[in-house]
Amino acid sequence: MSNEKKGVRLEHISKIYQDPKTRKEFYAVKDTNLEIEPGTFVTLMGPSGCGKTTTLRMIAGFESPDEGEIYLGEEPINALPPNKRDTAMVFQSYALLPHYNVFDNVAYGLKLRKLSKVEIRAKVENILKLVQLEGMEERMTNQLSGGQQQRVALARALVMEPGVLLFDEPLSNLDAKLRVEMRTEIRRIQQKVGITAIYVTHDQSEAMSLSDKIIIMSNGKVEQIGTPREIYYHPKSRFVADFIGEANFLKAKVIGKEGSKAVIRIDGREMAVNNYADAKQGDEASLVLRPEAVTLAESGQLPCKVTLSTFMGSYQYYQAEAGGTTVQITDYNPVNKRIFEAEQKAYLQFDPDGVYIL
Amino acid sequence: MAKGQGAQLERKKLLADPIMVTTIVVLIAFLTLFILYPLAILLVDSFVSKEEGVTLSIFQRVMGLSNFRRAITNTLKVGFLVGIASALIGLLFAYVEVYVRLRTRALSGLFKVVSMLPVVSPPFVLSLSMIMLFGKAGIITRYLLKIYDNSVYGFWGITIVQTLTFFPVCYMMLKGLLKNIDPSLEEAARDMGASRMKVFLTVTLPLLLPGIGNAFLVTFIESIADFANPMIIGGSYDTLATTIYLQITGAYDKEGAAAMAVILLCITLAMFVVQKYYLEAKSTATLTGKASRARMLITDRSVTVPLSILCGALALFVVLMYVCVPFGALFKTWGYDFHLTFKWFKMVFTRYKGLKAFKDSFVLSLIASPITALLSMIISYLVVKRKFKAKGFIEAVSMLAMAVPGTVLGIGYIRGFSGGVFHTGFLQGLYGTGAILVIVFIVRSLPTGTRSGISALRQIDKSIEESAYDMGADSFKVFMTVTLPLIKDSFLSGLVTSFVRSITAISAIILLVTPSYLLITVQINEFAEKGSYGIACAFATILILITYSAVLIMNLIIRYFGTSRVSSD
Ligand SMILES: Nc1ncnc2c1ncn2[C@@H]1O[C@H](COP(=O)(O)OP(=O)(O)O)[C@@H](O)[C@H]1O
Ligand SMILES: [Mg+2]
Repeated sequence: MSNEKKGVRLEHISKIYQDPKTRKEFYAVKDTNLEIEPGTFVTLMGPSGCGKTTTLRMIAGFESPDEGEIYLGEEPINALPPNKRDTAMVFQSYALLPHYNVFDNVAYGLKLRKLSKVEIRAKVENILKLVQLEGMEERMTNQLSGGQQQRVALARALVMEPGVLLFDEPLSNLDAKLRVEMRTEIRRIQQKVGITAIYVTHDQSEAMSLSDKIIIMSNGKVEQIGTPREIYYHPKSRFVADFIGEANFLKAKVIGKEGSKAVIRIDGREMAVNNYADAKQGDEASLVLRPEAVTLAESGQLPCKVTLSTFMGSYQYYQAEAGGTTVQITDYNPVNKRIFEAEQKAYLQFDPDGVYIL
Repeated sequence: MAKGQGAQLERKKLLADPIMVTTIVVLIAFLTLFILYPLAILLVDSFVSKEEGVTLSIFQRVMGLSNFRRAITNTLKVGFLVGIASALIGLLFAYVEVYVRLRTRALSGLFKVVSMLPVVSPPFVLSLSMIMLFGKAGIITRYLLKIYDNSVYGFWGITIVQTLTFFPVCYMMLKGLLKNIDPSLEEAARDMGASRMKVFLTVTLPLLLPGIGNAFLVTFIESIADFANPMIIGGSYDTLATTIYLQITGAYDKEGAAAMAVILLCITLAMFVVQKYYLEAKSTATLTGKASRARMLITDRSVTVPLSILCGALALFVVLMYVCVPFGALFKTWGYDFHLTFKWFKMVFTRYKGLKAFKDSFVLSLIASPITALLSMIISYLVVKRKFKAKGFIEAVSMLAMAVPGTVLGIGYIRGFSGGVFHTGFLQGLYGTGAILVIVFIVRSLPTGTRSGISALRQIDKSIEESAYDMGADSFKVFMTVTLPLIKDSFLSGLVTSFVRSITAISAIILLVTPSYLLITVQINEFAEKGSYGIACAFATILILITYSAVLIMNLIIRYFGTSRVSSD
């Protein structure tokens, strides 16, 4: 194993499990193709049960894919057991060895590599400094707080200098404040070391703030791969748009094209909007409106009727009926604007250049 | 959908781990040779005769024996009654311990002793004391009640002794279940106006019923498989185990004994399957929730006083029976001359080669116990933490051993190894050696050890071992540096349990021991049968001292070196 950061490639990877109750086989992961560049921080994200952990565990070697091949760098690693793979995992439960102290936990893998005592001590101390745990070497793991245990788990993985670092929802056992602190910490360390990292989470703020790239999964399949910005502003499917952030979907009909834009008709009104999904004339489509990209006004793109209006402090929350759907609107800085009340008529106001159809 | 590639990769990963592969292969060979094969040979022996080939004639012959038919009914009658009585007494003790505020420390101390005694005592001690208390020369019958011809031998003797021997097992099982009943269920019923009795009958009991059934069946099986008690106190009332023993040692009818053993095995196996795969799961299924709060103990004196007295008296009686054994060894002539003397102890060592008996028993058990403890931890590890094809086989066979009565195993070993494997002479050298005794000790203790190992391992987060694996340790390293240290307590107690079980074992061993080995239990059995109670008691007293010290030492070791359960989260 080396200091060299490695890419990971999954080619047509599938994993089949048997449902323990019905005994029926199903694809937990299906025909997944991924290319993860060396040195990048990539997040696997999706609802619970979509196959994130399974994918990660196949990369680590705990599960064997039923179809396809996994490459670490250029090397196919399907047949390698976890102890022979150049990967290191940070577990959701930390999985620290409870009968060892901090030092021995971090040194465990190094001892197996038969490094000299001096070398081990140097490496362990170096890494403990990196995760800010100097002086804690002698503590038993049950004498550490959740955040400290997390740091030990991270140190233990980093000290192996693996080609790829794997995380399975490492922050889910921490409280909200510590979660924010630790995710900043993880990003700082990853960038300092420059290691390839694959990170599993179902928390979008984690995914957004950590990742160079996000992979959205659903039902064992990859839905979309992109930078956090691409995923948020250009979701390729209704699932992704809905899963990342909030989104309203208004039924629309494509009546023509104007260059890269599509002309659509909603509720008798026509407008030209972005057409990333390349919808054709005559298609049924949905206009996607993020709640924060819409405001209520006395004039605008679409007429609507307010059904709910609630003051939330930093914003005014509305629900309004437009084009047969209920649209949610979060209107920031309500102080300077007219506040609409329920039952009033209004218009949805948004920038047609900034919205798109799916 | 084809899982072909995944399975193939798993195999490749496994094969890349030679220690693991070797371990699995050796384990399978061991289990096959020393558990499956002896049972298989019994089937062959009883279904195949030299003259007729495959035949039912041997079964027809043994079923034609009236004493064998009687033994079947006897065994089932005793087992049924013992099962019911033990489950009920066990329930009483468990209920009192969990639900009733015990006034005195003495009483809870007594409860602890009662739950502990069957662990440390040889299986037939109660038969001895039963005879000494209630027999012809019994202290109670002869001196207190002036009855001179009371007979304790037979149905009631066996039933009482077995009940007293086995009810603590039921007590411990039911206690575990009762503690898991959420008190709010019962409080809700009380709230709605149900009386205490009504709550017990409509809430507690229904929740507990599968558990009681389970306890009943476990005891039923134990009773059927018990050899030593019917041997000593059965008199002419023969059970299956003793009949089979006599068939081979008295009538030298090997095929007949094999057929009888097959029948006994079928009975216990059928019950075991029901118990293990139906009742055991069901008994905990309704009680998975941990008690959310401490239970309000019953303090009402009209309940606590009678229950305490009843349990106290029963417990005291059991303790008295055990205490009677050392006194049996100290009185000059039991029942006639109550002067204290050490002559029986002296005779044990001077005339009856006591030292050799203790040395043989001790050494053989001492060899067997670490092997058993390690084997059971390895099996538990493989069963709980690893995925591989033969895992089902390993788990099933090591559990199967639990359902095999010692007598059946003994006959199987005689038939299976006296002429070598499949009568070919292969491994013939094993028969009659100390090695085969050690192997029997191992096989007899393996299921208990494995069960304790499995439940200890199930509590350890699987990712702890995975993390070690992930950091580059192979299976062997993971097992030695992570698994074993984490289940150290279970390993240590397995060490002692298997030692105690081995040194007190008799049913299988009595069929296999040769004159070159003197075993304490066999000696006790011999002298008890001859009516030399002084000598038998002296042997038994020393044996109890040994086992009790072993348990004490274990507790000390666990206290100072054990890991009090390390939680992973
Ligand atoms: N060992 C297993 N046996 C059977 N089904 C499993 C096993 N592990 C996971 N699954 C199932 O596979 C699916 C994907 O699981 P997982 O990868 O853990 O999801 P995620 O991590 O995205 O929540 C789920 O439906 C889960 O129940
Ligand atoms: Mg998961």
